[in-house]
Amino acid sequence: MAAPAPAGAIAADGRALSIRDLVKEYRPGQPVLAGVSLEIAGRGLTAVIGPSGAGKSTLIRCINRLVEPTSGRILFLGQDLAALRGAALRRARRHIGMVFQEYNLVERLSVMENLLCGRLGYVSAFRAWARRFDPADIERAFALLDTVGLGDFANRRADALSGGQRQRVGIARAVMQEPDLLLADEPTSSLDPKTAVEIMELMTRLAGARDIPVIVNIHNVELARRFSRRVIGLAGGKVVFDGVPESLTEADLNRIYGGENWQEAT
Amino acid sequence: MIRDQRRWQRFTPMQRARRAAFYLLAAAAIGQSLRAVDVIPEFLQDMPEQVADLFRRMWPLDWGYYGKAVHEALIETFHIATLGTILAIGLALPVGMLAASNLVPWRPLNLLAKLILVSSRSVNSLVWALLFVAVFGPGALAGTLAIAFRSIGFVGKLFGEALESTARGPIEALHAVGAPPASVFLKGYWPQVQPAFWSIALFRWDINIRESAVLGLVGAGGIGMALDTALTLLYWDQAAVVLLTILAVVAAAEIAVTAIRSRIL
Amino acid sequence: MSAPAAAPAPAPARRDPFPPNWPARAAWGGLALYALYAASTLEVTWERFVYGLGNGARFIGRMLPPDFSKTELLLRGLIESLEIAVIASAVGILLAMPVGLMAARNLMPRWLSWPARGLIALCRSFHAVIVAILFVKAVGFGALAGILALVVSSIGFIAKLIAEAIEEISLKPIEAMRAAGASFGGVVAMAVVPQVLDRFVGFATYQLDSNLRNSTMVGIVGGGGIGATLFTAFQKFDYDFVLAILIAIIGVIFAGELLAGWIRDTFK
Repeated sequence: MAAPAPAGAIAADGRALSIRDLVKEYRPGQPVLAGVSLEIAGRGLTAVIGPSGAGKSTLIRCINRLVEPTSGRILFLGQDLAALRGAALRRARRHIGMVFQEYNLVERLSVMENLLCGRLGYVSAFRAWARRFDPADIERAFALLDTVGLGDFANRRADALSGGQRQRVGIARAVMQEPDLLLADEPTSSLDPKTAVEIMELMTRLAGARDIPVIVNIHNVELARRFSRRVIGLAGGKVVFDGVPESLTEADLNRIYGGENWQEAT
Repeated sequence: MIRDQRRWQRFTPMQRARRAAFYLLAAAAIGQSLRAVDVIPEFLQDMPEQVADLFRRMWPLDWGYYGKAVHEALIETFHIATLGTILAIGLALPVGMLAASNLVPWRPLNLLAKLILVSSRSVNSLVWALLFVAVFGPGALAGTLAIAFRSIGFVGKLFGEALESTARGPIEALHAVGAPPASVFLKGYWPQVQPAFWSIALFRWDINIRESAVLGLVGAGGIGMALDTALTLLYWDQAAVVLLTILAVVAAAEIAVTAIRSRIL
Repeated sequence: MSAPAAAPAPAPARRDPFPPNWPARAAWGGLALYALYAASTLEVTWERFVYGLGNGARFIGRMLPPDFSKTELLLRGLIESLEIAVIASAVGILLAMPVGLMAARNLMPRWLSWPARGLIALCRSFHAVIVAILFVKAVGFGALAGILALVVSSIGFIAKLIAEAIEEISLKPIEAMRAAGASFGGVVAMAVVPQVLDRFVGFATYQLDSNLRNSTMVGIVGGGGIGATLFTAFQKFDYDFVLAILIAIIGVIFAGELLAGWIRDTFK
């Protein structure tokens, strides 16, 4: 893996993600993202915070094109993701892992099969149908299950797992892709506080081992502060804060979430 | 290390054996059927020409036949389907209740009810129609009874299954306050199965409209009689009118069922 | 009749905890009236009913005991019916899978799902017997007409149910697999099929069952199988042989139901 890139080399490093003037309008004239520009460097966890409806989910889904951006460019690994189509888009998506709030597992499949779903970008439909996956992938899946603490669950069906266990499978599935970027959309919102911390730790650890950047949408400001190297505050479809978590003040939070009194109430 | 020698298998050996047995059985059945069935392939080659001939004979349509014979038969078909469905529901409800093991906790009675339901379903409506034509003579009465007896199995089975899947809670509550059995059924079971009941009844009525259209082929009344007459005389232009009428009725019934379903469910 | 009773005495001050549902009562009353009217069109007279009962008693008397002596005729018809049902189910299910997938509106673009839905509606609109009549004209008397007719009705039934099952699946795993760069085929294999498989096995076994039953019927209009034997026996008033055929059919269908249960268990 490449050494951490110095700040000045971001533009030259293909592994950095560069979003330029990203706009997304679900209905014409009502932008959810109103021109977002971001550079996300080689490694570490970037937390995106902001109120519901600020466009966090849309931003993260535009990156791997689960949502079609209206305009703007998304540069990653030397290509503009926003311009890709068909097979080229699928090839690009292989390099971007994603973790979901509701885990998005196939409930009726075993944990192992769910993990192998992360390899679908590399495997033909027929081989997937016959479950003829590469033995090396299966080997790696077992190793990953050990890493996430589910070593004995390979043949368990996904609907037999608890929320935290399911999210571990979701993370392992994303890592099975051997991604160069990990996206996570509210990965802890459906979990209890302790499990949420464990999940954040696990994501940080696995991404650190692969030396790749992670972008996490997160509601919980405390978790964002604790695990991220950088916090991006989104409000009204625009970036209103961008800095290290230590520099995030109450005034900033008021700017991001709006209003004055909500922090005292909690 | 033992850990690294783990092998992933999708199925247990037992599951694999059963699946293999199924595939083997299916392949054998299909292979044997294909080999043994009495099919003359030349007939298949002849098909396009025959179909073209069919359409030539159908055109132009003899619309006069509609007023002469089809319209009245159509009304009769509607009566056969509707009355048959109502009759079937009346007969199927008690049988379905007897088949529900939570309602009637006596196994022999459940099995007897299930036997009645299976017999009703196994005999086709056309065969039921043949039987009733033999008993009551040709006409709509035979058709109505055929539809009713064929539907008992369908309605009774689904209704019984709906009863068996009701929640225990409300029923226990009613038992706990000492409600008599009839009240337990009306206030405990019925509200839970009512949507399923209407859905089953509408579904069966929709099927019965289609089925009653063919009963006339064996003399059990309805639009099938008009079709049979036209076919026997090889008047394909008249047969085409009947077929189009059936198509229209089936479409109308489907629209009606969709509308009623969205209203009451 | 369940027509509404006379209006109750006015009690304006108290709210009735169970307000009567007048439209529903009117509907019930209307239905009862209709049933009486429709029954009257059947021309059921007392004499006819009594005659029918007597006739029925004689009929049942002539049915008993069932005559299993024409074993060869019975078996030949039954086996041909089985062959028709097996081939029609195999071909019908195989063709219904792609049609059903194409008709699922949540996965497919409109230009593909609408024609597929049209095809399904066309296959469903006619009873198998009517389709069999048309195929008898097209390919002549015999098993082929019966097979083709049952294939058409199988496509109509199974493809519709497959499409409905697919429209009800959770789209979340599909989103995850698309995010991982999966091709459409990969998504179908790993996300769609596992979610609909057990329902599909249910439909398919039901269709096998249903084709078995219907294969006894297409023979009546010349589509081959035991239906022809049955119809001939009726016309020759061989009612004891009719009963033997009916018992044989019920036996086969009962065995088919056991087999269907085993298949469902296998794929659970």
